[in-house]
Amino acid sequence: MDLGHLGWGDAGWGDEFARGALMTFAVAVCAFLLCLVFGSLFAAAKLSRHWALRAIGEVYTTVLRGIPELLVIYLVFFGGGQLMQTIAYGLFGYDGYVDVPVFLVGVFCIGLSAGAYSTEVIRGAVLAIPKGQLEAADAIGMSARLKFWRVLVPQTARFALPGLGNIWQYALKDTSLISVVGLVEVMRTAALGSGSTREPFTFYITAFVIFLILAIVSQQAFVRAERWANRGVRRV
Amino acid sequence: MDFELIANAAPQLIAGLDETLLLAASALVLGFFLAVPLALMNLSPMRWVRVIAEGYVYIFRSTPLLVQIFLIYYGSGQFRAAFESVGLWVLFREAWFCAIFAFTLNSAAYASQIIRGGLMSVPAGQIEAARAIGMSAGKTFFRITFPIAIRQALPGYGNEIILMVKATSLASTITILEITGVAKKIIAATFQPIEVFLIAGAIYLSINFIVTRGVALMEGRLNRHQRA
Repeated sequence: MDLGHLGWGDAGWGDEFARGALMTFAVAVCAFLLCLVFGSLFAAAKLSRHWALRAIGEVYTTVLRGIPELLVIYLVFFGGGQLMQTIAYGLFGYDGYVDVPVFLVGVFCIGLSAGAYSTEVIRGAVLAIPKGQLEAADAIGMSARLKFWRVLVPQTARFALPGLGNIWQYALKDTSLISVVGLVEVMRTAALGSGSTREPFTFYITAFVIFLILAIVSQQAFVRAERWANRGVRRV
Repeated sequence: MDFELIANAAPQLIAGLDETLLLAASALVLGFFLAVPLALMNLSPMRWVRVIAEGYVYIFRSTPLLVQIFLIYYGSGQFRAAFESVGLWVLFREAWFCAIFAFTLNSAAYASQIIRGGLMSVPAGQIEAARAIGMSAGKTFFRITFPIAIRQALPGYGNEIILMVKATSLASTITILEITGVAKKIIAATFQPIEVFLIAGAIYLSINFIVTRGVALMEGRLNRHQRA
């Protein structure tokens, strides 16, 4: 094992790995934010009074939790490419190759998959809010909007944080799957490096360690966030 | 929708089902046998034993399965000479072995935590009662602790089975032709991704539906003494 391969600059892969780690982190953060959007919307749908909305939420969580993330990525990447090609040809008469934006596809796919899990976490958190809290908000005359922002959202966040921490870890790990469609993040960097130096172990163990560090550091962030969200809670 | 393609692709994809199920089943069974001692190590009174188990679980749960697979499948190539000298290269050059090896190590980490939760939920009175009638430590474990723990752990273990079935799709990245691998191959030949992936997705959904039902049935059976 030659760690010299991991040096900085033109000869080594250290700077490539640093860029890859940034890319991994960027995809994970964007996907996580998107998954919160999907999760909130579909949790609202699942808690809705209308059966049609509940059914849509049910289908979303069942399907996205039941099929492999890799399949979702292939479907959106190749299927999306086909769709874009059709649109480009239909609307603009362009019949060349249309490049699929890998970053956006990656963020969308991971956000969509993780969104199915966060739907359940957020739904559970909303259900965990004591009814009296919402009644109290009504009683002092809060408008529906004010009640939503001042009572529902902060308490949901508090109950949902531990579950969302797990989902963040899933999203972070799932970013490695985007490498199969060519996004240059940590995994792809490792694949390129091991291809050109014939030292696959050195490169994949580096990727392994980078993911481990990202996971440990972000775990700490969630621990702090939980402490902050629970600052007003009486400890028994 | 190209129905002719669907009619042609469906049988090929269903043929990939064997590989998917075999991968998932072997990894789950082997992983379970590794998970039980890991869970016991996690609960050990000896600190260094706990640290080893906790470290193992933490590392395997914090890194992507894809990295673990590549590390074993491609990474082993760097030490080919060493593996050859001890006669292990015949195993590590096989994608099948590497996939199951990686899945097993990964699944053991997750399953050990589920089993640990089950073991911790066993009421102390049950174990005391076993001791009181003079059961040996081994007998207490196999007749009392373990059956109660498994009952508690079953719902969590059902989720692990589904995650494992989904995880087998990663084997397609190291040349194994399970469902996702077959789907990719058909698309490379037909350039019609949507139809093919819809069938593949439907197959995964059906497997996981059956698993969910099966686990629910088993839960009902194991807890039949609690039914009112």
